[in-house]
Amino acid sequence: MNSALTVDRLQFAFTVTFHYLFPQLTMGLALLIFVMKTAALRAVDEQRREHYNRAARFWIKIFAINFATGVVTGIPMEFQFGTNWAQFSRTAGGVIGQPLALEGVYSFFLESTFLGLLVYGEKRLGPRLHWLSSLGVFAGSWISGFFIIVTDAWMQHPVGYRIAPDGMIELTGFRDLLLNPWALWQYAHNMIAAVVTGSFVMAALGAFYLLAKRHENYARTFLRFGVVAGSIAMVLLIFPAGDRQGRMVTENQPVTLAAMEGLFQTAQGAPIALVGQPDTDKMQLDNPITVPNALSFLTFRRWNAEVRGLDAFARNLWPDNIPLLYFSYHIMVGLGTILLAVMALSVWLLARGRLYTNRPALWLLLLMTPFPYIATTTGWMTAELGRQPWLIYGVMRTASGISPHVSSGNGLFTLLGFMGLYTVLGILFLFLIRREIERGPEAVVPGRADGRP
Amino acid sequence: METLWFCLVAIMIAGYVVLDGFDLGAGIVHLLVARSDVEKRTVIASIGPVWDGNEVWLLAGGGTLYFAFPALYASSFSGFYLPLMIVLWLLVVRGISIEFRSHVASPVWTPLWDTSFAAASLLLAIFYGAALGNVVRGVPLDASGYFFLPLWTDFRASSAGGILDWYTILTGIAALLALTMHGALWVALKSPAPLRERAAFLARRVWWGVVAATAAITAASFAIQPHLSMQFAQAPWGFVFPVIAAAGLLGVFLCKSPQTELPAFLSSCGYLVGMLTSAAFGVYPFLLPASTDPALSLTIHNAAAGSYGLHIGLAWWIPGMLLAGAYAIFTYRRFSGKLRHDEQIK
Repeated sequence: MNSALTVDRLQFAFTVTFHYLFPQLTMGLALLIFVMKTAALRAVDEQRREHYNRAARFWIKIFAINFATGVVTGIPMEFQFGTNWAQFSRTAGGVIGQPLALEGVYSFFLESTFLGLLVYGEKRLGPRLHWLSSLGVFAGSWISGFFIIVTDAWMQHPVGYRIAPDGMIELTGFRDLLLNPWALWQYAHNMIAAVVTGSFVMAALGAFYLLAKRHENYARTFLRFGVVAGSIAMVLLIFPAGDRQGRMVTENQPVTLAAMEGLFQTAQGAPIALVGQPDTDKMQLDNPITVPNALSFLTFRRWNAEVRGLDAFARNLWPDNIPLLYFSYHIMVGLGTILLAVMALSVWLLARGRLYTNRPALWLLLLMTPFPYIATTTGWMTAELGRQPWLIYGVMRTASGISPHVSSGNGLFTLLGFMGLYTVLGILFLFLIRREIERGPEAVVPGRADGRP
Repeated sequence: METLWFCLVAIMIAGYVVLDGFDLGAGIVHLLVARSDVEKRTVIASIGPVWDGNEVWLLAGGGTLYFAFPALYASSFSGFYLPLMIVLWLLVVRGISIEFRSHVASPVWTPLWDTSFAAASLLLAIFYGAALGNVVRGVPLDASGYFFLPLWTDFRASSAGGILDWYTILTGIAALLALTMHGALWVALKSPAPLRERAAFLARRVWWGVVAATAAITAASFAIQPHLSMQFAQAPWGFVFPVIAAAGLLGVFLCKSPQTELPAFLSSCGYLVGMLTSAAFGVYPFLLPASTDPALSLTIHNAAAGSYGLHIGLAWWIPGMLLAGAYAIFTYRRFSGKLRHDEQIK
């Protein structure tokens, strides 16, 4: 903890991990709320319209609390590039400043404007404009996600740049930057994962209300929306999005692939490890349970393809925390498999009309709530730990990106400050969410989506 | 091209100060002018639909600064490390104070958030003023284009000083007074009597403080940063900016009646824009003057990004900001006028 590099990395990891708990829900919910408002607009009879509008109002309240927390924890992210990663910002700001500024100009204004209208304006706007506001919030939050992914994708797979004589990285291709093939698949994978989180949360709350025998009419709607959206999203998340992203890693970051999979030795017909603990000193996986030849097939579509192991790469190119990378990746894949199975079961029960009364299935959905969050977080850890030891893959090392004059003492001071502040914030957040869940969708005063008394 | 981006960044910052300035100001004054819970809610409801959008100007401005002048972004953000982090924490506290306050009606819950809202708003105004003071005064940049300043040392405005010295504290107080007046005028504009009267009275009182502080920082700035007088002597047309500021102040003084609430508020906007553009004009072509050796200063030339990036940036920045302006006009029209009684009780 006495190295500035360690403190800077910990601070960024901590603040971004905490921050992303909120946008992953709001980006997913934004889509579901938009679908709900559309259902309300298209409903033929007054009773159904009011039902969907009330359901949407309830989720807008949950959305607003998450959004506010996401905004206040998001502002420090943009500023930390300058405060803790000054040398990186100075060198690469001409490129990655573009998508970050684009996010501010094209997404945040849109998002904040329409969220204000969505929360405060149902009475003033009327049904069509209020529906349009939900579309604006959906578009704004998904555009925001795109520019952040473009930024990260450029660090994973830099394109459209040149290194000027003074060492600065300059943008040379704006289209290449925005249409980076890495960004497109990463974006698909990430946004579908957000829909998965939103769907699981919605379905879990429906399950909770049914188990508690409260708001049962709304609970069935929440379950139906959550399970239908969630099962579609779970499939798309794994194929094509996850598969294609995996193949990008195979092609462009082969050493990362070897580390993620715990593949120490290069092999023809490489096995895939389901369980095991990597030992980087002895270059082996302890207690492995493997499926023979599966890795070769998944990466190169040939059962006997050669997959390069860690032994094929110099040690100074290895990701610097291989065990954590390996476990992050395996947790993501393992939880993804469980979530897929739960959604498949739920949608089958829903189709047969038995989901609402099947208590074990409702319990299962309720208990799944933390898992999409954990899967998403470990997915991001896989991406970012896998990029190490590079800050910009193949161009700039992480160690050379930090601010030259910010000492570890100053960094530690602010890291502790963020930890304290975010702990308080997390407690308040849970308290408010619990209150809204206790009140439920029927407590909302019509026309007042913020639900204040 | 670099000069154009200097102007655009200055516009973004001015936009941020004018817009988020009134909701910061509303935060500063709401404990002073709002007596009952209903009145406090009125103040918060007056900024409720817009404060988040106003804060976006900071993010969009920060992003614009980042890609147009990456060296400035890197140097200043790492050099002003501690105050910047404190500003971030204050923004977090302030944001949750506004959003969380109204969720629970309790004599324990609401006063807590009212106080934290006011305190965070007040400290932010002082920090923003001090930040501007630091830019005008200059910082001890080294040959690699970096510096690091502690929060304070001996409070003397020298190159061995800290971020807070007598001069930057003075600019901080000036910003506090200006935003207090700005916020009070906004509250007066948006609220019914008797809240309106109290806010308008406060604005008139603070006006005298603003006049005194403006005179003080003008004199101190010219004394501390010789580049300012050189710049104004070289290009006398630049006096138009201080004239705008003075006209704004005069406007606030003249528009006292309840019928002229909007002109009074707009005059205050003019004052803030005039002050900021005067500072930007006076510092130009520097972005961050070096207090050690002027040759080490960051200028619009040595801190700018590559010319391709600046050109392509213009192509998306202008339509994007026009769109953002359209949203802002739409929102302010939708929520225009005084808050009605049923809306106060949100």
